[in-house]
Amino acid sequence: MHHRLLTVPLLLLLLAAPSFAEERLRLATTTSTENSGLLAELLPPFEQANDCKVDVIAVGTGKAIKLGETGDVDVVLVHARTLEDKFVADGYGVDRRDVMYNDFVILGPPADPAGIAGLKDAAVALGKIAAAKATFVSRGDQSGTHVKEKELWTAGGVEPVGDWYLEAGLGMGEVITMATERLGYALADRGTYLSYKDKTDLRVLVEGDERLFNPYGVIAVNPEKHPHVKFPLAEKFIDYLVSPEGQAAIAAYPRGGDPLFFIYEK
Amino acid sequence: MGFLFESLQQSLQLIFSLDREVFLAVWTSLYTSLTAIVLAAACGVPFGATVGLLRFPGRGAVLTLFNTLMALPTVVVGLVLFGLFSRQGPLGSLGLLFTPWAMIAGQFVLAIPIVANYTLAAVAGADPRILPTAQTLGAGRLQGVWQLLLEVRFGVMAAIVAGFGRVIAEVGVAMMLGGNIRGYTRTMTTAIALETSKGEFAFGLALGIVLLGVALIVNLFLNLLQQR
Repeated sequence: MHHRLLTVPLLLLLLAAPSFAEERLRLATTTSTENSGLLAELLPPFEQANDCKVDVIAVGTGKAIKLGETGDVDVVLVHARTLEDKFVADGYGVDRRDVMYNDFVILGPPADPAGIAGLKDAAVALGKIAAAKATFVSRGDQSGTHVKEKELWTAGGVEPVGDWYLEAGLGMGEVITMATERLGYALADRGTYLSYKDKTDLRVLVEGDERLFNPYGVIAVNPEKHPHVKFPLAEKFIDYLVSPEGQAAIAAYPRGGDPLFFIYEK
Repeated sequence: MGFLFESLQQSLQLIFSLDREVFLAVWTSLYTSLTAIVLAAACGVPFGATVGLLRFPGRGAVLTLFNTLMALPTVVVGLVLFGLFSRQGPLGSLGLLFTPWAMIAGQFVLAIPIVANYTLAAVAGADPRILPTAQTLGAGRLQGVWQLLLEVRFGVMAAIVAGFGRVIAEVGVAMMLGGNIRGYTRTMTTAIALETSKGEFAFGLALGIVLLGVALIVNLFLNLLQQR
């Protein structure tokens, strides 16, 4: 009886073994790129061309960069320019390239209790939310969106404290859901909002402030800091993202829908 | 009510269309959990039996320790092993973080105290005459223990089932050590967490139903073994 009990898992292991054969590239990226479905479209051609698998670890930008610093991933695709520059300046990252951009928007309930709809200044809008003590749901997770949000609070000279300010510690989608349920405001990247449009009552109330610009960068982890990283493959991946083929795939996503990400005009 | 019903309908459709994503997550959950529980049984059963049979100084402390470890939060195991397996940690050079092996290691740590404790209870509760009887019949020490384990096999099986239940249902270890990588380390539980975060209620629900179904099948299978 005991022998048979052992056979099943061992068999399963044997079956699973071949999946360890091909090369694996570890990409730490943000929940916004993963949840939008862009990577599922973008990665297969690269994987086929290079006979590899890209392992996507979707976390907040802060965590993604940390994983790069500790050498637990080979390449990062993130959106928080200040953190990215520090990552490169500290010698952990090399070869940072612009990949794409979208923008942040301030979402709010249709009733708009703080009266911010149509404002052109994002910092002023946050100030009004604070003054009205209207519920605001923050990512609270050191993600790129959270970093941007804190910049905006600072720009508006407001310190967000109080029971109206909820620090969720969750991903973008969960924050949109929470803000929907609590009839609150939230800062979100447009891509995630668009993919949530059918599931939320929240509307875009503030957009177009140049501070809401949201660029994404890709950075390879420095092989001098971490000799084990797959630097050549990481370089190939970066080249692919900025190649005409990769850029065209980003611009065309999602097929037949509003674009979620934009590429830089060359 | 309409929302729940519609989601349920959609989720059943996903299951019966054998959606590839669902299938891969089920597969990953199964083989990592089964591997972990086999390893945990291989270590936990002998250990539990030993502690259950022997009387030695400090035995009380060992018992208390194992009872405490049963309550070990999965995220704590995840955190500690993350530190061990990270490239900065002592085992970093193995490159185990974000692979199924890291998840198996975490689940192994979670299951061991349960398997050992339940085995210990089963052995301690067994008829005390079994061991001496076996020995008077000419069995060696190890053979005697083997006979005893066969006598209490229901208890041992319960230990393994309980351990399996914990590892297949947990999400902390799988998320932190596996990284929820699509088609590689995404298990049923991490997929449910992800789909919920994406607002894909039906998909999450589908996986929840499958998870229950898988647990049912595994337990039916073990039941069958017990009745032989």
